[in-house]
Amino acid sequence: MNITVAGVKKEVADGLTVAQLVIDEKVETPQYVTVTINDEFVESGAFESTVLKDGDVVEFLYFMGGGQ
Amino acid sequence: MIRISESDYKKILAHAESVLPEEACGLIAGELTDDGKIIRKVYLLTNIDHSNEHFSLDPKEQLAAIKDMRANGFSPLGNWHSHPESPSRPSEEDKRLAYDSRASYLILSLMDRENPVLNSFKIDGDTAENEGLIIEK
Repeated sequence: MNITVAGVKKEVADGLTVAQLVIDEKVETPQYVTVTINDEFVESGAFESTVLKDGDVVEFLYFMGGGQ
Repeated sequence: MIRISESDYKKILAHAESVLPEEACGLIAGELTDDGKIIRKVYLLTNIDHSNEHFSLDPKEQLAAIKDMRANGFSPLGNWHSHPESPSRPSEEDKRLAYDSRASYLILSLMDRENPVLNSFKIDGDTAENEGLIIEK
């Protein structure tokens, strides 16, 4: 199936989970990453159970914060 | 070295002053060149912490900004935030939460309201280096 990850179209295996995609994409500091699929936010606890579908558009958002 | 236009600097300053006493925050995007980074667009995001001591970017606004960067052909360069009551240098919390050593972290101090100070830092672990910021007219 085909999905789009961070603006790049990719062919991936059917049944790919968000958790596996995070590994495959070698996402740095995955503990700080939020994932959206088709603009919907995926709970971090649901990465293992969320299966991607053909045509999905995935974005990785890196937490940014700090304080004075 | 990182360059920002005076108009973008003024956008950041005006936004940061408008949300006082809270910290303000946002993203920067532009070009990577042989001479360093050029900021082409600044994004003014909501600090969802609504605090004068902490900031976290609004994830929905962050997503919209990333899409806008891509649509305009800009590279994400880093982020910016204000220090309403402290100098323009990374705090311990800033360092702890700065996990991208390639990013530029701009910090605007409003400690002296008449003389705001904007610096840009590269942060790698406990080490922060002022990378040199030029405000271009």
